[in-house]
Amino acid sequence: MAADTQALASPSPAGAPRETERLRRAKAALAREKRRNRLLLLAPALVTIGCVGLLPLTVILVYSFLEPGTYGGVNWVFSGEAYVQFLFERDLFEETLSFNPAYLEIFGRSLLLALGATFGALLVGFPTAYFIATRPPGTRNLWLFLITLPFWTNLLIRTYAMMLILRDEGVINIALMEVGVISEPMILIYTDGAVLLGLVYSYLPFMVLPIYAALEKLDFRLVEAAYDLYATRFRVLRHVILPVAKPGIVAGCILVFIPGLGAYITPQLLGGGKSLMIGNMIWQQFGASRNWPFGSASALILMAIVMIALLIYVRYAGRKRAHG
Amino acid sequence: MTGQETGEATAAVEIRRVSKIFGAGSERQVVALDDVGVTIRDNEFFTLLGPSGCGKTTLLRLIAGFEQPTAGEILLFGSHLEGLPPHRRPVNTVFQQYALFPHMTVAENIGFGLLMQGRPKPEIEETVTRMLALVRMEALAGRRTDQLSGGQQQRVALARALAPHPKVLLLDEPLSALDLKLRKEMQIELKRLQHETGITFIFVTHDQEEALTMSDRIAVMSDGAILQVGTPRQIYDHPARRFVADFIGEINILPAELTEIHGETARVRLASGQERTARLPEGSVEAGRVNVAIRPEHVRLGSPDGAALTGRVRNIVYFGTGTHYHLELEGVADAGGPAAAGGAFTVELQNRLGGADEHAVGERLGVLVEDGTLQVLCD
Ligand SMILES: Nc1ncnc2c1ncn2[C@@H]1O[C@H](COP(=O)(O)OP(=O)(O)O)[C@@H](O)[C@H]1O
Ligand SMILES: [Mg+2]
Repeated sequence: MAADTQALASPSPAGAPRETERLRRAKAALAREKRRNRLLLLAPALVTIGCVGLLPLTVILVYSFLEPGTYGGVNWVFSGEAYVQFLFERDLFEETLSFNPAYLEIFGRSLLLALGATFGALLVGFPTAYFIATRPPGTRNLWLFLITLPFWTNLLIRTYAMMLILRDEGVINIALMEVGVISEPMILIYTDGAVLLGLVYSYLPFMVLPIYAALEKLDFRLVEAAYDLYATRFRVLRHVILPVAKPGIVAGCILVFIPGLGAYITPQLLGGGKSLMIGNMIWQQFGASRNWPFGSASALILMAIVMIALLIYVRYAGRKRAHG
Repeated sequence: MTGQETGEATAAVEIRRVSKIFGAGSERQVVALDDVGVTIRDNEFFTLLGPSGCGKTTLLRLIAGFEQPTAGEILLFGSHLEGLPPHRRPVNTVFQQYALFPHMTVAENIGFGLLMQGRPKPEIEETVTRMLALVRMEALAGRRTDQLSGGQQQRVALARALAPHPKVLLLDEPLSALDLKLRKEMQIELKRLQHETGITFIFVTHDQEEALTMSDRIAVMSDGAILQVGTPRQIYDHPARRFVADFIGEINILPAELTEIHGETARVRLASGQERTARLPEGSVEAGRVNVAIRPEHVRLGSPDGAALTGRVRNIVYFGTGTHYHLELEGVADAGGPAAAGGAFTVELQNRLGGADEHAVGERLGVLVEDGTLQVLCD
C-alpha cells in the first residue's frame, strides 16, 4: 500500500500533499459536525440533569455555607458553622466547642433502621419474587399487579393504615386480646420496630421488582442441571439461583436502602416523633428550628454517606469480578 | 416392545410398563408414554429414536427423576428408583441446550457435580483435569461458558455430566444444535467417550442416520410407545412395523398376499402373481392381505419379461454415489395397495466411475426381487 502511494506520487511530487491536506480538512469538518450533532442529541438530557439535579444541589450547597436567618431563610454571609454544629456544641458564653454526638446518633439510628429495613425487605422480597417468577407466564403479571397495588394510593394514607393496624386499639391488639393471648394491649406503635415494619412495607416492591426481573431471566434448566449434578435444594439456591439473581438483589437493596435512609413520613407517623430519623431532623431544621444552613449541611452529609457507600460497593464488586 | 434378544449382560436400566400422563384427569391430558417397557444393558450405547413429540424427553426425565411415572417402575442396576430425587440418582444428563452455569468457568462447571458430592479438593482438581483432557478443552479451563462456541459448550456439557462418573449418562438430542460438520465430529467423539469411559449411554435423537451410525441398539418410538428395539442392522433390514420402515431410510411398501408361514419366514404373492420368500416380524401375522417392504438398494432392474414387478421409469435422480430410478408400477395402484404410494417404486443403483444412466425415462423395466429381501410388516 505504502509502496503504491509512493509510486503514484513520484511523477508529480506536488500533487500528493495537496490531496492529503484536503482530505484532512474534510475529515475535521466531518468530526466537527459529528460533535455538534452529538451535543444536540444530548441537549434534552443535559437540560434535565441540570434543572432537576445540579441546580437544586447547588442551591443546597451554597445555603449550607451561609448563616441562618432569624425567621428562616439565610443571611448572605459565609460561614462553616453548619458543619461544625453537626459534631460540636458551641458554648453560648465561652465560645468553646464541646463534642456533641446527638446528630451522629440520629444518623447512626437511621443507618441501622435503613439497613434493617433493607434486610427485612430482602427476607420477604426474595421468596415473593421467586414465587412470582416460578408461576406460569400468564399469571405472573397478575401477581406483579397485586404486589404494586398498594402503590396506587398515597404513601401517607398507607402509613395511616399501618397506624390503624398497630394502634393500642388496632387490629393486632384487638385480635390477640379477643383470642386471649394477651390481656393488655402491646405497645406496637411509636417504636423503632413500628418504623422498621413501616419501612419494609413501604419499600417492599422496590425489592421485589428487580429481583423478579433477574429471576425471570433465570433459565430453570440450570436449576434442573444442578439438581441432576447432586445438588440438594438448598445448594441449588446457593450455587445457582442466588448468583444469577445477584444483580437484582443488589439493585433491590440499593433501591430500598437509599429512600429508607432518608424516609420522612414513616418515622414521623409510626415513630411518633420519638425515634427521629435523618429525614425528620432535616425537616425540623427547615421548619421549627429555622436553621436552613444546618438542614442543607445535613442533607449533603447524608448524600455523601450514600455516595461513599455506593462507591465502596462498586469498587468491591468490580474487584471481585476482575479476580473471578 | 419387542425385546429381541435376552442378553446375558446385566441390565443397566429396566423400564417396566411405564406410563406417563400429563394433566391426568383434566380436559387437556396428554399421554406422553403409554405402557413402555425396555431393558438397556450395561455399557451399551442405546438410542431412543422417534419424531418430535413421541415422548423421548419424557422417558429420559423419568429416568433422571425430574418426573414421576404415572404407572410402572424404573430400575437402575436392579434397584428401584421410585421416590429418589434427581440429586440422589447416580445418573447424569446432558441437556439439549447444554444448560451450562453462566456464572462459572469451564473448570468450575465440570467440577460442580463432584463439589456437590463433597469429594475432596485434590480429587476434584484431578478429575477436572482428566475430563478437560478427555474432551480436549485443556486450553479453555478458565473461560466463562458464554465465551465458547456451540461445539465447545457441547464438550463442556459432556465433561460436566461425565465427571462424577455416573452409572448411566442421558443425552437429550445433544447434537441437534450443531451444524452438520461439527455434528459428524461430535458423533465420533461421543462414540469414543462411551468406549473410553465404559458408561452406559442413553442417547435421544430424531435423526435416523445419527441413530444408525452411533448406536449399539435402537428403540424406535412413536406416539408414546416403543415400536421396535434392535441393532441398527436389525432395524434397518428388518423393520417390523410400517412406521419403523417409513421412518428409517427410504423404503418401498407393496401390497401382497401372505400364503404360507414357515417359522421366521413366509411366502408372499406379489401383484404380478409371483411368489417370494419374505421375513416375518415378531408377533402374530396371519395369512391374507399384508404390506411388504423392500429397500431401494436391495432390488435390481432388468427385463420386464418374467420380473416380479414391472413398471415405467418416471424420473431419474443422480446423487453422486448412486442413482434413484423412480418407477410407476403396473397393477399395484388398483390392487388396493397403500394409497399414498400409488404404485410409486424407487430403485437405487450404485454409480460406477465413468458410467452413464443405464435406463431412460419412459422405459418399461422389470424389478428383480430376490427371495429373502422382502420384509412383512405388522401394520
Ligand atoms: N410438562 C408437560 N406438560 C404437559 N405435556 C407435556 C409435558 N412434557 C411433555 N408433554 C407432552 O408429552 C409429549 C411428549 O413430549 P416429549 O417427551 O418432550 O417428546 P420428544 O422429546 O420426543 O419430542 C408431547 O405431546 C408433549 O407435548
Ligand atoms: Mg425432546
